This record gives sequence, structure tokens and C-alpha cells, in this order.
Amino acid sequence: MTRRGSWEVHELNGRLLVRRNAQPAPLSEVPLLPIGAFRTAVLDAVADDECRVTSFFAREVDRRIELVAVLADDLAGELGFVRTRLDEDRFDSITPDCPQVHLFEREIAEQYGVEPAGHPWLKPLRFHRSWRPGHSLFPETAPGVTDFLRVEGDEVHEVAVGPVHAGVIEPGHFRFQCHGEHVFHLETALGYQHRGIERVLIGGPTKKTIHYLETAAGDTTIGHALAYAQAVEALAGTRVPARAQALRGIALELERLANHVGDLGALSGDVAYLPTAAFCGRIRGEYLELTAELCGSRFGRGFVRPGGVQFDVPADRVGTLVERLQTATRDAANAVELLWMTPSVEERFENTGVVGADVCAEVGMVGVAARACGHSIDVRHDFPFGIYRFVHIPVMTAHYGDVNSRAFVRWLEAQRSAAFVEAQLQTLPVTPVRADMALRLPADAIVASLTEGWRGEICHVAITDADGRLARYKITDPSFHNWFGVALALRNGQISDFPLCNKSFNLSYCGHDL
Amino acid sequence: MLKALLVRAHQGHRTIRYPDAPPPALPVHFRGAPRIDPARCPDGCRDCAQACPTDAITLAGGGMTLDLGRCIFCPECKTACPEGAITFTADYRLAARTRADLRVLAGRERKLADALEKKLRRLFGRSLKLRVVSAGDCNGCASDVNVLNTIGWDIGRFGIQYVASPRHADGLIVMGPVTENMRLALKKTYDAVPQPKLVIAVGACAISGGIYAGHFEQHDGAGSILPVDLFIPGCPPHPLTILDGFLRLLGRIEGGGREIGG
Repeated sequence: MTRRGSWEVHELNGRLLVRRNAQPAPLSEVPLLPIGAFRTAVLDAVADDECRVTSFFAREVDRRIELVAVLADDLAGELGFVRTRLDEDRFDSITPDCPQVHLFEREIAEQYGVEPAGHPWLKPLRFHRSWRPGHSLFPETAPGVTDFLRVEGDEVHEVAVGPVHAGVIEPGHFRFQCHGEHVFHLETALGYQHRGIERVLIGGPTKKTIHYLETAAGDTTIGHALAYAQAVEALAGTRVPARAQALRGIALELERLANHVGDLGALSGDVAYLPTAAFCGRIRGEYLELTAELCGSRFGRGFVRPGGVQFDVPADRVGTLVERLQTATRDAANAVELLWMTPSVEERFENTGVVGADVCAEVGMVGVAARACGHSIDVRHDFPFGIYRFVHIPVMTAHYGDVNSRAFVRWLEAQRSAAFVEAQLQTLPVTPVRADMALRLPADAIVASLTEGWRGEICHVAITDADGRLARYKITDPSFHNWFGVALALRNGQISDFPLCNKSFNLSYCGHDL
Repeated sequence: MLKALLVRAHQGHRTIRYPDAPPPALPVHFRGAPRIDPARCPDGCRDCAQACPTDAITLAGGGMTLDLGRCIFCPECKTACPEGAITFTADYRLAARTRADLRVLAGRERKLADALEKKLRRLFGRSLKLRVVSAGDCNGCASDVNVLNTIGWDIGRFGIQYVASPRHADGLIVMGPVTENMRLALKKTYDAVPQPKLVIAVGACAISGGIYAGHFEQHDGAGSILPVDLFIPGCPPHPLTILDGFLRLLGRIEGGGREIGG
């Protein structure tokens, strides 16, 4: 796929407001278009794969529904904002012309009771009640009780899995349409983890806000806390000290290392190759303990705070940290390299769960799963933030879109992350680690803040009201973009490949359900 | 094959010796059991209670109570306190048998989890099969419950095993605040476990709802719908805290942390 072009055309037409990552704007500068022009603006931007829809959500303004779209131009490193206000509780669905918004539209329908008319598969997304009392589009049902696509035929059968799974894993429901082992179709029904985070963020920030973000997807504490900190810092005009920027980068890459190495072990376990599974299970813990050395928590809780970080690394501890990192990474290389030289592993990894590059772009996949399809997209590179504006990490891709590619990209990235952490630890700038900042935000402003979590692109969009409180805070975890990819990876595969395919994406349930 | 053997030799034997030997070193900033010293509190100061995101601190009549079941060890109270009246020690032992035992009062010794009564100990003491249910957890607790299965911790050596079906289980580990959308599934899973059965609540969410307490999308923890036998505080608890809780429940550790019996 080629991504080309710039924003020139859109800018000339005045249809989109263009901003960089974490660059705020007065809300009034975001063009407010009639629904028809809004639709065209979004469709034109995503035409020819020029842009992706990174966020698309609704909010209530004076009893009317406003739709806001944020489009990402990866080549130009620019974000485009556009919005519209609806006169009635329905609008013509954009999904038929732009499949990547299908879940965003289901989300809007569920949260605000607004119908995207003509949506090809309109049903609840998380099974919660509407945020606007009296404006519900769906009847109240138990979670997972909905119409599933059914394949009819004498020997076709349906397999239902979850919400409670056999392993230690978050809940979700999977519905397979099978013919023997052959999978025609998989549909995922999530929402079991829904805790109401976005609903309660409205009116903030409060003393609880950072903790909601730290646990939005708890294995991505740093990724989400960083996106939030970046958003409010941008709005408040706070400059984060250089040392804090470096330490945040170190924490983000340690999070990536722990999860990537853990996933490689788990993938190995799923094909019953136990040596790497056993070794990586332990080595993952070494990286988590390194994060704990930064802040006391293996998951980075309490580390990132608006204005900087809450803990410093004293100079006399750098040596030990580097040594432990080197040992863990040497052990990881030793364990992981076994995968690529073991034919029984490669035989199971290769050509399993293939997602084509075109499909990947069409459904708007991000992160490791997209890079495994050859898409060179990475927020650290395309929309550089914090330390990544000064230190560049090469974007790692593979080209077959199968389990093997997703595994291999993880390993390539883990190695780059380890090198980055080591280099940063040894060259920590000498500055304070936190800037004083009051959480007083400007009125009527908007900002989109992107980070590259270990799964992929995290996008937070903050909009403030006339009093500088959060009028809307939209969180998009990479899992939200990628869950549909899991379903597509299973098409025409074997049902016994499901655990392996699912693990090769390793998406967040709570990050999707929030 | 030869390569695999060489790798095996390189990786070595990595299971911790605990509880036969001292536990592994904890990180510098590790936040275990809090120590509170109300003598240092200036009159009328409520900074800690106001800073606490989960309202875990109660100040009344000159006394201070910190509810470990709500605490997420963040440590905003410590940061907010001008006098250093709250500190977090490296004491990783946090598990308790009752909700009341999780309330830390100045000057009162914490009551750590007691072992199961004799009959249950005879049943589960050397073989405890647990079904793990995530009911709105953020994958923090799930990750560190799971890590006990790795070769570094190897809970299999205590006869503890996570099993795939509630029908094979002696009890449940519940994580998360129990979302409304998981309430039925959790109840059904519990009902499918044969009697007698145990429930272990891991993490602030499963004990009290944690940061999510009060949201109508959840139920303020496992205790609201199931009888809980063991509470393991933390956000998430360190694997050592979870292991300590399991071993205390089975009577393998008492008092200061030495293994007794076998």
C-alpha cells in the first residue's frame, strides 16, 4: 500500500482542522459541517488509504448530538479534526463506505441512542444502558444475548466459547460458524469488562482520573497514563522536563518488552513448545521487576503523572538497572531464538491466521498486527511525542500477516526497545522529573493525544467545556481497532487455531470494554 | 534438539526457594503494608483523606484508619502528607480472612490471614484446584495471579493449580469489581464448583470495587455476591503477596513467614 498526499486539499476546502500530536486548539476552530459535508470530509480523507480514522465519537451539546472525527495522516504526521451536529437522533451510516468506523458507530449508537441508519451490523457493543436516559436504541438484554451471523446448512454447526475461558484470561464471548474443523466465520461479543470509565471522566479531571487511565487497560498502564498526561499537559501548556520525558520513554519500552517477551512465550505454549514458553514466562517477570524498580509497581502504577513522573532514578542505581536489563535481554534472545529454528513451531506459526494487507488497511488495524501485514505505521515514528521526537526507534515490519509475522515483529521490536532503554538510562538528562502543574485546563479546547502502546496506537481525545472541565474524554485502545482483525484471521482457518490466533493479537478486553 | 538442550543449560534452575529461604528482594520503591502515625497529624489536617482516590482513609476522633481493601497503594496520601504520618513499608504480607482485618489502625497489629479450619485444611492443604474468574479486572491482577504458574514461582510445588473448569475446582479466584455484565457468569461459575468451596478475592477491585466503587456498571467487589474466604489487597498485589496469602490459607505459613509442616 502506498500512503501519499498531504492535507493541502482538505485545508483549502476548510473541511478539516489540522494539528500535530498533542497540539491543542480552540474547539471553535474545528469545522462544524452539515452532516453531508462531514461525511464527505471523512470519506475523502480515508480515500486511497491516505488517512485512518483514529477516533470517532459523539457528545451531547445543548441536548443535541455532536459527532467528532479525528483522522490520522501517518505520512504527514498530522491529525485532522472535523465535527457535525445532528438535527435528529439518526444519521446515514458511514460504515458501508468506510468499514473501519463500524465499531465506532456501534459505540455511538449504544452510548447516545443515535442510529447510524444503514449500518450493516447494528447491535450493542458493550451491553450497557444509554448515557441519555430515554434515548436507547437497543432493548436491555443480558450481555452477549444478540443476533449472531449464522451460517445455515446440514453439517454446519455453531461453537460458543466464553465469557469464562479455560485459562487465566479476561472474559469475552466468541461465536464460531463451523463445518467440522473449518471456520466459516467468527464473531466476537465483548462488553463483559465494561466498568463505565468514559462516562465518569466527564466533568473531570478529578483525583481519580489518572487512576482510571492507569487501569483502563491495566497491562498498558504507562501507555494510557502517558496519553492522558500528554493531553492535559498540552491543554495546560505545561513543558515536561527532559529527564521525565526520557524516563517515560524507558517505562513505555519496558512495558513493551515485558508484554512482547511474555507473548512470545505464550505463543510458544499454544503450539506446545514448552522450553520457550517456560523461559519467557520468567523473563517477562524480569522486565516487570525493572518497571517496579522505577516506581514500586510491576505495572508502572504511580509512575506517570501530569507534569512528569513521580519517581526519579538516582545515578547510582543506573548501573544495576542496565546490568539487569542486559541479563534479561540476553536470556530472552537465548530463549526466543529457539522458536525460529524449530521446524515444528514454524510449521504451526506460518500461514496460520493470515490477514491480508488490503484487509488490514480497510478495517483500520494498528500496531503490531498492522506492522505484521507490512504497514509501516507506528505512533513513535509517525506522530513522535516526548522523547521520540529526539530519539528514533526504527519501525519493524513483516509481510505475511500470519501468526509468524506477528510473533517476529514482536521480537524485532523487543530488541529495539531494549537497546533504547539501555541507551536512555545511560544518558539521562539532568533536570527535575516533574514540572509543577495545576490541573486547570483552558475552556472550550480540544486535543488529540497519541502514544504507541505495546499493542499499538492509543488515542485519547479531550474536549473541555466553558469552565475548563472535561466535557468529553474519548479513549481508543488499539484493541478497539484490532478485534475485528482476530475474526478475519480465523476465516477459513481451523477452530483449533483459535487460541494461537487470539494470542498472536493478544488484545485487551477491558481496553475495548473500558 | 542439541540447541534446545544448550538453551536449557543456559537458562538454569530459576524457581525461587521461598518459603524455605527468604523471599526474593523487593524493588526499592515497593509499597507494602502502610504504617500510620497519627501523632504526627496536625490538628484538623485532612490532606491524606482528601488526596486518596478511593477514600480508603477515615479520620475520626484523632484516629486514622486505612482500609487496605480500598487502598491502591498509589501513594497519593504519602505525597500529600506534610508530616510523613503515612509511609509504605516493604512488608508484602497483606492477606486477611475478613474484611474487618484489612482496616489498619495506628498502634494495632494487623491480623494476617489464618489457616483454614482443620477439616478444610485436610481436604485442600496439599491439593487446591482453583478456577480463576476475571470480572472486570484490568489484566493487572490476572497477570500477577498467572505469573505464579511460571517456573519462577511454580505454585504447583504447593499442590496449587489453576484449572480449566469450575467442575474440577475447589474454589474461585475472583478479580475485578464484578461488572454487571459478569455478575451472572461469575454466579454460574461459583454454582458449578462442588461443595465445600473457597472464594479468594484478589486486588482492590475484587475486595471493594477499588477505584470503580460506586459505578452502577459494577458491584463493589466479589463480597457483594459471594462469600469470600480470603482477601488479598493490592493494585495489583505483588505475586509474593498473593503467594503469601495462598500459603497462609493452607496453613503452610504462619506468623513471620516461615513454612511449617509440609
